[in-house]
Amino acid sequence: MSRLAKLLGLLVAARTALRAAAGRSAPPPVTVESDVDPRRRVVPSSRRAEGVVALLLLIAALFAFAFPVIYIVSSGDTQLLGVALGGALLLLAVACIVAGKFVVPQETAVEDRGPLLVEEQTEEVIELIEAGGQGISRRAILLGAGGAAGAALLTAAATPLASLGPTLSALHETPWARGVRLVDDEGRPYLADEIQIGSCYTALPEGKDAESFGAGLLVVRLPAGFIHLPAARRDWAPHGILAYSKICPHAGCAISLYRYPTYAPTSQEPAFTCPCHYSTFLPGEGGRVIFGPAGRALPQLPLMIDAEGYLRAAAKFHEDIGPSWWGVHRAQS
Amino acid sequence: MKRALRRWLTHRSRIPPALRLSLAVVLATMAVVGLVAPTSEGQSSTSATAGGPLPEPNSPTKSPEPPGAGNPTRSFPDSPALRAQGFTLYQASCSSCHGIALQGTPRVAPSLRGVGAGPVDFYLSTGRMPLEQPREEPQRNSPAFTREQIDALIAYVASFGGPAAPTADPADGNLALGFRKFTLNCAGCHQIVARGGITVGAQAPDLQEATPQQIAEAVRMGPYLMPHFDSRQLDQQDLDSIARYVLWTRHPDNSGGWAIYNIGPIPEGMVAWFIGLAALVLVARLIGERMDEPV
Repeated sequence: MSRLAKLLGLLVAARTALRAAAGRSAPPPVTVESDVDPRRRVVPSSRRAEGVVALLLLIAALFAFAFPVIYIVSSGDTQLLGVALGGALLLLAVACIVAGKFVVPQETAVEDRGPLLVEEQTEEVIELIEAGGQGISRRAILLGAGGAAGAALLTAAATPLASLGPTLSALHETPWARGVRLVDDEGRPYLADEIQIGSCYTALPEGKDAESFGAGLLVVRLPAGFIHLPAARRDWAPHGILAYSKICPHAGCAISLYRYPTYAPTSQEPAFTCPCHYSTFLPGEGGRVIFGPAGRALPQLPLMIDAEGYLRAAAKFHEDIGPSWWGVHRAQS
Repeated sequence: MKRALRRWLTHRSRIPPALRLSLAVVLATMAVVGLVAPTSEGQSSTSATAGGPLPEPNSPTKSPEPPGAGNPTRSFPDSPALRAQGFTLYQASCSSCHGIALQGTPRVAPSLRGVGAGPVDFYLSTGRMPLEQPREEPQRNSPAFTREQIDALIAYVASFGGPAAPTADPADGNLALGFRKFTLNCAGCHQIVARGGITVGAQAPDLQEATPQQIAEAVRMGPYLMPHFDSRQLDQQDLDSIARYVLWTRHPDNSGGWAIYNIGPIPEGMVAWFIGLAALVLVARLIGERMDEPV
C-alpha cells in the first residue's frame, strides 16, 4: 500500500520537475472572443510511434496468449492468471494511448451553434398556435371531450396494475402452528429444562422443511426480572422461555448475535443483534427495537410446554415475519 | 366580526370551481382514511407487565456451564500453601470489588462463590482482570499476575466450590467440523477468521492470541456479554474442533494475494477503489493533456 502510494507520489513529482525544467507554463485559457482560428490538423506520420504501438500490441497479444497456457500448464494459479490478463489489458491501453497521441492525425475542429432564442421567432410560433384555433365556436365541448378521452386513456393504461405479480399469500404463512415441536439443527427435540439462562438456541419446526420461510427461531430463557411483555403476551413465555423469528424485520438477515450480561448491574441487558446492520431487539420486551434501522419489533412465537416437558409452539405467528414491505408493517408490541 | 365571517364564507374564490371540488374530495378522503386506519406501531400504547426481581443484586446473572459429564477437565495445582498465597493476593487485589469473602458488592461486582477455576483462569490469564473501574468493559491485556500467582488465586477461589474447568485439545479436533461449528455459533460476532468485531454495547475480541484452554473456558462460561454454550449445544468434539479452527485462522491460506489482516471484503473493496481510482485519475490527467500551441 505505502509502496504503491510512494510510487504514485514519485511519478507526480517527477513530472512536475520535468515540466519546470522545460520551462513550460500552463496554457492560457481559450477565450471565446479570440480572433485566432483554433482549427488545426496535424498529421504526425511518425514511423517510430507506429513501431512502438505495433510492439506494444504484440506484447499484449503475448500476454493474452499466456493466459490459456498458464490455465492449462499450472492448473489455474490465480496470481499468474491475473498477471497475464491484467498485463494484456494494460499493454493494450498503453498502445491505445500512444496511438491516440502520436499515430493518428491530431485535429481540433469547430462546430457553429445557432443563437438559442430569437424574439421574433417566438412571436411567430405563438401566432401559429393561435391561428390553429380559428373558427371554432364550441370550445368548451371540445375541451370537455378531450379531457374525458385523456382521463379514460389514463385509466386504461393504469388498469393492468391490478394484475401485477402473483398473490403473496405464501409470505403470510410459516411452518409454525399450535403443537409443532421445537427441534435443533440435528432434529433432536428441545426439552424446556435444557434451555439455559445466558445461552441462545436455534430451533426448527419438527417434521417440516428447515429451509422453508420462517422456519428458524431464536430461543432464550430469561430470569423474570428481564421479562416485561405486553399484557396480551403474558402466557407466551412459559418458565421464562421466549421464541422469536430468526429473520430480521429490516433486510431479512439471520439474526445470530446474542448478548447476555455476566453481571447485569455493570453492563447491558440481554439483546439480539442482527449482524448486517446492527438492529438490536430486546427479547424480554416482545422484541422491541432499541437500536438500528429495523422498523418494527421482532415477531414473537407463543410457546407452551407439553406433558413430557418438550417445547411446542402454542399458536402460529400473530404477525407477518421477515423484512417489512408495504403490506407488512403491523406490529403488536 | 360577523360581517367579516360572512364575507369570508360567501366571497367568490379565485380558484376555479373544478379545482376546489377535487381539492375537497382529496382532503375528505385523507380525513376518512386517517380516522379509519389502525394506529401505527409508534402510536399504539402497550401495557408492560411488571416482572419479578432479578436474582440477588450481587450474584452473577450468568454462571459458568460445567464441561459436561465424562468430558476432560483441566486441573490446576492446589495445596494449603498455595491457597494461603491466593488468600493474600485476593485480599490485596480483588476484595475491594468482589468482597472480602467473595460475596461480591451490590451493583459493583458479582459474587465469586461457586464460579470454579475456569473463569478465574480465563479472566486473569488474559489480563482482563483486575479492572480499573467496575463499569469498564474487560479487555485483553498483559496479565497482572505471574502464572504462579494466578494458580494461587485459582486455588483460593476454587476452594469455595464450583464446576471443574473445561479444556480443549486441538489435536483431537476436526478442522472441517470446527469451521462449521464456528460459522454457526461464533462467527456472527467474532468474524469468520476470528478477527473480532463489534456488537451493540461491547466489542467481540479477536481470537488471535487466545490459547485452546482460554477458548474452552470462554465457550463454557460466556465472559462479559457473550452467551455461554452447554455441552448439548457444543460437545467436547465440537469444542476441540473449534479450538483447532481458531488456531488455523492465524495462518489461513491467502491464495488471493494481499490479506489485509483478513478483515473481510469491505476493506478489500475500499483498497481497490482508492488505489484503482487514484491510478485512473492520474492516467486520465496524463493522457487528456491539452495541446499548447497550434503547430
